[in-house]
Amino acid sequence: MRSVTIPVAYIPLVDAAPLIIAQEMGFAEAEGIALDLIAAPSWSSVRDMLAFGRVDAAHMLSPVPVAMAMGLGGVATQISAVSVLSVNGNVIGVSRAVEDQLLAGGFDFDFADPVRAAEALSRVRDGPLTFGVPFPFSMHVELLHYWAKATALGADGMEIRTVPPPLMADALAAGDIDAFCVGEPWGSVAVDQGAGALLLPGKAIWRFAPEKVLAVRTGWAETEPDLLGRLMRAVWRAGRWLSSPESRTTAGEILSRRAYLDLSPDVIDRALSGHLTVNGRGEQRRVEQFVEFHAGAATFPWRSQAKWIAFQMGKAYGGNGWPDLDAAASVFRSDLYRCHLGAAVPDIPGASAKLEGAIRHVTPVASARGRLSLQPDMFFDGRIFDPDTPG
Amino acid sequence: MSRNLTVVIVEEDRDRAMEIVDALQDAQECDVFVIGNSSGLARKIATHAPDIVLIDIDNPTRDMMEELTLASGPLDRPVAMFVSGEAGGLAQAAIEAGVSAYVVDGLSPKRIMPIMDTAIARFRMMRQMRNELAETRRALEERKVIDRAKGLLMKAKGLDEDAAYALLRKTAMDQGRRVADVAEALVTASGLLR
Repeated sequence: MRSVTIPVAYIPLVDAAPLIIAQEMGFAEAEGIALDLIAAPSWSSVRDMLAFGRVDAAHMLSPVPVAMAMGLGGVATQISAVSVLSVNGNVIGVSRAVEDQLLAGGFDFDFADPVRAAEALSRVRDGPLTFGVPFPFSMHVELLHYWAKATALGADGMEIRTVPPPLMADALAAGDIDAFCVGEPWGSVAVDQGAGALLLPGKAIWRFAPEKVLAVRTGWAETEPDLLGRLMRAVWRAGRWLSSPESRTTAGEILSRRAYLDLSPDVIDRALSGHLTVNGRGEQRRVEQFVEFHAGAATFPWRSQAKWIAFQMGKAYGGNGWPDLDAAASVFRSDLYRCHLGAAVPDIPGASAKLEGAIRHVTPVASARGRLSLQPDMFFDGRIFDPDTPG
Repeated sequence: MSRNLTVVIVEEDRDRAMEIVDALQDAQECDVFVIGNSSGLARKIATHAPDIVLIDIDNPTRDMMEELTLASGPLDRPVAMFVSGEAGGLAQAAIEAGVSAYVVDGLSPKRIMPIMDTAIARFRMMRQMRNELAETRRALEERKVIDRAKGLLMKAKGLDEDAAYALLRKTAMDQGRRVADVAEALVTASGLLR
């Protein structure tokens, strides 16, 4: 079989692992494809490269294709999220100045309880706290908003500003931002640079938040179904490989290479193992499944996840009666996932939407072959999002 | 005659920025402001109420520009990266030249055109120069590594310079790698063994 090269844009982050591993561990080759992985300097650049055809697939923040479908942001090309690349994996952290205030107030940085963390923060602040995030359309923003609204922080107690993660340490030191929400390795880098301390994993706010997606132009998905299927299978197998504990050391070493994250494997391993160093004193906290690439149908693009994202962005930018949430939600292509992975993947959920936040324990669900369990997906405040009656 | 267009250039390097400013002002009457990279970028840009914002496509601070495009963002007239309609071809050319342009809503392509043509030409030239510089620098680096590898071989195996180079080249050909890569591997390995 002659190998076909597919150009793919990504941002050098731990959660780009499924794409990097698909190429490096031979999963792409087994499908007769090669991934030409192009590291991008910004999320705008990833989006533009995909929209203008410089690449055919991309590692993308899950809210970006939804935002594009809603006409938000600069570019309006139709993009499909054909699978989820990773679930969770973000951290929320604070500057050294805020850390000192929290410590003085007796806060123990449990790295687990969003309600307590918000109460501690609201006691020390003097006016709204400014949070740095990598991009306006991101799970980072949605998790922060959700957290602030449901806690002592309050919607007015938080300002959000876009700061590219490589500049985050400077912005913290300069006092431009008080806190941040970023994907790994940037939280650990901030700790190692002495710029801040980690407060919460993103997972503490939503237990099963779709973080990055595999995105393609909708037109490309239609004209290149065969290539798309090969790409999706290779990436799915890479995710399964990554979820095995024996793969961790190798995965960390591959990601650490100069061509990819160019960072010590020890720092990368913190996210992969869930053993995070949360402050300059070297204190560690453990988070089960800090980032998930496979378990619990992690890669399945639930329409209800996209609808949750669309609903939140509709409230933020369009008032209450956002016209067409369903159209925005349909960019999560559970149909293409079934079509291209149906024969290769042991099991796929029978439904395409679920009540987000309703699963409290690992739960067996109806699926094509009846062997699938879903992971807990609660929101920290216990609310349930019904995609049929969003609110 | 309508008022001058206001252009903001986001560029950290002063010399580069001035080159673009001069070129734009030679081409058309316009007011040009330069802003360096900083964490409050979107708001700093907004204080100039620009019609066009130009930024290097590889600049990581580009993501801050996205805040300008939001309805709740700092500009009255949201900015869009022009991509369709009459200006579509122009957008493609801009991206290829390495400049991204954000233009306020409702500005006619006819008014953007002269500015964009100049900006595209200027960015293309700068990109070419940067590529050439990087290429020269890389060639120099490789030269140095190859010289060190030759030196190591001459010392370890008692070869003369030509024989040392011939050995490097043969090894590279046998392994299907570049001479510079083989040389780098040798230098790294010998550093470890020291």
